[in-house]
Amino acid sequence: MTDQSASNAPVQSALQGKLRPPAVSLSILGWLRANLFNNWYNSVITLVLLWLLYVLIPPIFQWLVSDAVWWAAPPEVCRAAGGACWAFIHEKARLILFGLYPYDEQWRPALSVMLLLGLIGASLNRFFWNAWLIAAWIVGGTIIGCLMAGGVLGLPPVETSRWGGLPLTLGLATIGLAVAFPVGIVLALARRSTMPAIRTVSIVYIELIRGVPLITILFMSSIIIPLFLPTGVGIDRVLRAQIGMIMFASAYLAEVVRGGLQAIPGGQYEAADSLGLGYWQKMRLIVLPQALKISIPPIVNTFIGFFKDTSLVIIIGLFDLVGAAKSALTDPSWRGFYKEAYFFIAVIYFIFCYFMSWYSQYLERTLNRDVRR
Amino acid sequence: MTVETHPHRAPIPKGRWLYDARVRSVLYQTLLVVILVAVGWYLISNLLVNLERQNIATGYGFLDREAGFEISESLISYGAADSYGRAFIVGLLNTFQVAILGIVLATILGTLVGIMRLSSNWLLAKVSAVYVEIMRNIPLLLQLFIWYAIITVSMPSPRAALQPFTGLVLSNRGIQMAVPAADPIHPWMWAGLLIGIGLAIGIKIWAKRRQDATGQPFPVALTAAGVIIGLPLAIWVLGGAPTEMSIPELQGFNFRGGRTISPEFAAVLFGLTFYTAAFIAEIVRAGILAVSYGQTEAAAALGLRSNMIMRLVVLPQALRIIIPPTTSQYLNLAKNSSLAVAVGYPDLVSVGNTTLNQTGQAIEAISIFMAVYLSISLSISAFMNWYNKHIALVER
Repeated sequence: MTDQSASNAPVQSALQGKLRPPAVSLSILGWLRANLFNNWYNSVITLVLLWLLYVLIPPIFQWLVSDAVWWAAPPEVCRAAGGACWAFIHEKARLILFGLYPYDEQWRPALSVMLLLGLIGASLNRFFWNAWLIAAWIVGGTIIGCLMAGGVLGLPPVETSRWGGLPLTLGLATIGLAVAFPVGIVLALARRSTMPAIRTVSIVYIELIRGVPLITILFMSSIIIPLFLPTGVGIDRVLRAQIGMIMFASAYLAEVVRGGLQAIPGGQYEAADSLGLGYWQKMRLIVLPQALKISIPPIVNTFIGFFKDTSLVIIIGLFDLVGAAKSALTDPSWRGFYKEAYFFIAVIYFIFCYFMSWYSQYLERTLNRDVRR
Repeated sequence: MTVETHPHRAPIPKGRWLYDARVRSVLYQTLLVVILVAVGWYLISNLLVNLERQNIATGYGFLDREAGFEISESLISYGAADSYGRAFIVGLLNTFQVAILGIVLATILGTLVGIMRLSSNWLLAKVSAVYVEIMRNIPLLLQLFIWYAIITVSMPSPRAALQPFTGLVLSNRGIQMAVPAADPIHPWMWAGLLIGIGLAIGIKIWAKRRQDATGQPFPVALTAAGVIIGLPLAIWVLGGAPTEMSIPELQGFNFRGGRTISPEFAAVLFGLTFYTAAFIAEIVRAGILAVSYGQTEAAAALGLRSNMIMRLVVLPQALRIIIPPTTSQYLNLAKNSSLAVAVGYPDLVSVGNTTLNQTGQAIEAISIFMAVYLSISLSISAFMNWYNKHIALVER
């Protein structure tokens, strides 16, 4: 044994540093071999997939880009071209984005959306996380409200039944989440309360809302709420939908927050107690910050789901993005361009949702105070 | 020391009873209940006034009245002369049909995509990832509209229908399939299938007992498949082996014969399946990743091939992590089937909505929706909890 290894030693040292690793583990070929053709069935799968992509991608590209009509054009030109008709989007963009809002006043929803996106953008930056942000939201929200509703500063009033498109989608989602989040936290705390009456009320509310589809809650808010109000008192249709969305979102957020609360070790509560903190101090300073940090991923999932679910208001007759796109499709001279309309909407939703999930991952990384091993 | 009965509780100073946790607890709860009762009483008294003013009778008596509207597809016989109650049942069965099929298909597709995302094949993994991202980030309702438009607008008219092979016809009227022509033997074959499934479950239980007792394995999968397929097959042969098929044929403006899958049903089924499958795929992927890699290495060291490692070692452990979140996806799918109303598939909500518009019985109709969906939710979670308990890890 020792003899053999001794006799091999000069050969090994001679080889060392002279021979490169085999080419298959270094070059592009090597990568292909390792990742696409490492055994016979993977090779088959790769070839089938390549063939599928070859069949699918060029026609889609052709339709989307090369055969498409990009400039403003009448529908006949589009039908002759055979590709995507972006002229339809040119023509209908304002209807899809702003719904039935009066044409001449559409700078107002446009400005509101920009203002809202600016506020959201600022709120996402940790640099701005201080008391001024709340002030900015109050001022911004008031300006957006005045812009949309009008009736002040010489702006003609626009009733909510004409609101639609992107401002409606974003507004329902933002206000819905802004109200539902604190309500959800209170519900989650109530569900973990030691007081039986408070706990029961919270459990019944959460399970009732989570057990039924959002549509039935929207129907309830749009049809039943008016029945429960005293004669002569009416609530605006958009506001009713908003109430339904808030009821729905708060029940889901409550369960997510409860999950985070359950993950906080009992020692944290005991430590807070031993410091002599009261219930609300304990929750606000010790428990909730940790619980909310743990539940960032499911909270964002709920946010994304809720943002997508705002599309359901079309069923009770509001013109959100999807509703406005469908109404754009009913124009007889532009009939049949549903692919373009749906693609346009789908891209808008995709960008928002994808951005939200990207941001949640970023937030998780930066808020992670744990010592990493 | 001897005087104090509660050594940890400081005596309450006089006049400060409000600071006692027990007093506060009772106070808060009483306050909550009083507020709830007051608000509830106020709302209900408004409701009664409003209903009286609008001349709407309360109660479920309307369920016996004649509905007077047609339903485009139903699993049981239904006509406009039937009652609202029967219309609700038709809608309920339609909801069940699409939800159950959707759950089965989404589970299969989702599991496949989830495993594919972990494939060592880079291209396959990327294609699956793109599928998941696209499906998850676009609202289901929009996807339903897209499927519906693809079927009704992009597909050719019945006259120019696509026929990939005889017996399958694709057109804007839906999908037509050839099915065996009606024969008196069919009910017996269904009965045979049910008995076969029952026998297979019995064999599985018996085989598990025997293996626990003696260590002897039994080829359960093969026997079960044999029983489930063999029994109906035997009945079919005994019944004279009828082979007549009902093939869809163009007659006038539409197809006759075969079984039709309507565009509405297809759109709802495709939408629910592809959307939910993306979520299930992520759950499956996370579940598989959560099984420690040492398990895979240990199995490989024993000489198992990679597909056997997946089937015998990784998946059984991953299932324990996968089942609970998958349950909530099943619940979501069942609830999301209510979106069928948007493309005109006559599910429970759609039928209920028509009823509500015709009769004005809003409270009753919506209470029926809620009761039905609540019971569906509770039954699915009860079943899945039972199953979860059944397969959960029993640690000593």
